[in-house]
Amino acid sequence: MEFSRLTIHELQKKLRAGELTSVEITESVYRRIASVEEKVHSYITLMEETAIGQAREADRLIREESACELTGIPIALKDILCTEGVRTTCGSRILENFMPPYDATVVRKLKDAGAVFVGKTNMDEFAMGSSTETSWFGITKNPWNLERIPGGSSGGSAAAVAADECIASLGTDTGGSIRQPAALCGVVGMKPTYGRVSRFGMVAFASSLDQIGPITKDVEDCAIMMNVISGHDTGDSTSVPTEVPDYRGFISRDIEGWTIGIPEEYFVDGIDPEIEAAADETIKTLEGLGARCTRISLPHTEYCVAVYYIIAPSEAGSNLARYDGVRYGFRATDGENLLDMYKKTRSAGFGAEVKRRIMLGTYSLSSGYYDAYYKKASQVRALIKDDFDNAFKKCDVILTPTTPTPAFRIGEKVDDPLQMYLSDIFTLSTNLAGIPGISVPCGYTKSGLPVGVQFMANHFEEGKLLQIASAYEKNSTIERRRPDL
Amino acid sequence: MKITKKEVGYIAHLARLDFSEDEKGKLTSQLNTILMYMDMLNRVDTARIQPATHAVSLDNVFRDDIEKKSTGVEIALANAPDGTMGLFGVPRVID
Repeated sequence: MEFSRLTIHELQKKLRAGELTSVEITESVYRRIASVEEKVHSYITLMEETAIGQAREADRLIREESACELTGIPIALKDILCTEGVRTTCGSRILENFMPPYDATVVRKLKDAGAVFVGKTNMDEFAMGSSTETSWFGITKNPWNLERIPGGSSGGSAAAVAADECIASLGTDTGGSIRQPAALCGVVGMKPTYGRVSRFGMVAFASSLDQIGPITKDVEDCAIMMNVISGHDTGDSTSVPTEVPDYRGFISRDIEGWTIGIPEEYFVDGIDPEIEAAADETIKTLEGLGARCTRISLPHTEYCVAVYYIIAPSEAGSNLARYDGVRYGFRATDGENLLDMYKKTRSAGFGAEVKRRIMLGTYSLSSGYYDAYYKKASQVRALIKDDFDNAFKKCDVILTPTTPTPAFRIGEKVDDPLQMYLSDIFTLSTNLAGIPGISVPCGYTKSGLPVGVQFMANHFEEGKLLQIASAYEKNSTIERRRPDL
Repeated sequence: MKITKKEVGYIAHLARLDFSEDEKGKLTSQLNTILMYMDMLNRVDTARIQPATHAVSLDNVFRDDIEKKSTGVEIALANAPDGTMGLFGVPRVID
């Protein structure tokens, strides 16, 4: 029995019953990494030495009966989260050798809860991408089909969970970067409400959209991770001082009498028929559990991609101004003067997609174009938020497919940025509105690729998402498969 | 044409980026495709709409002004490409 296959809650029981140790679990995870990592490439940096030390310490705490929520559980971190003394690259050459002097708040919270850190996972450079193909450190492959992308930008975090190279992981989601790879890799991924989880120590991409969240093997594990990482933090002025419920309490409750909104704008031409069929099956299962499904409208849905790809690059262009080769990171050494050094450093340090977005953002914010692009997009964003406010008057949660297609082929969209942007079409809206969303596996295509269904709820209603996702997970008849690696 | 190759050069300067002529050509065409797509926003009447700048509106957050230990010079300079003499070294600024 390889323990790396198990969930957090299964391992917790075994650890507490003394049936196995954290060192055994951690060794099992690294054995799995040794056998599949060459094919999948989920990680940028492995932390085996410190992990074994953390596992020993966890075993000591368990023996003393002072274990916490995650004591002894091997967890992977997206390489956008600062880890004190452990290289944090954000998938970029410009941060190739960056050693953060502090831990991100979520990293500290996981440490305090007893987690064992397996390593730092691969990602699209600065989280800009939907395929994990833009990383300076190579491409991550989809564990279900090595010729296909794992999704992105948290592709390494999703692939590592799907391939049992960790028990659970953290990702970040600015426009779908947790939910889309979770769907394409057949695992669970949640983007919490904006402000639910502190962003302190997360390398900033688009600050009004970014949010950290868990990627896990099942919904109960998602609840366990949310219990640990949620909450107000003085290090992030946008984190919200609202009470955090016990998310685990939402698992195994029924959804009898719930109203599920099905937005007509998400079931349109261009969506893969197998994805649509899987969503329809999910709806039937939920109706069988006593929920009522009703058609709703989110009329500004068609504008989400345009709004997002103005707002996110604008914020990114501004956030990424800090990478200038002075205080940290890569510096080009052939600069003749300061300005020349800035330009040479940034041109050699950033990849093509990051530069494209900086250009797009700088243009949108530049004098003469600000009103036509950034201001206009922010106004339409307000209308997108209104759409959701109106929708949640009529339903408890909204159901949509997570992605319009299953995992596409490596290289298929790298040279066509607009096509790549359109692959986020179903996930962008929650970031623009600030609401939470979760993706849960809901079947497979005929060729064996996983499909995900997305639930969205109103601000701070993560509990509802976990409740319906776990009710679905426990009652769906889809076959449980594992990638064959 | 939404953006010309010359404008791409100007925006690149503002963003402190350098591109070769070839790169500029490719970028001009890609940005044009993307910006043409953005044109769909003109179909939305936003005359009376206040722009949304935040997903969740919050009041200003205050805290007590308590002295805290800050990052020391050595730690702050540890990642600097040129951090000798307790300073961030840079190439010549003024000719």
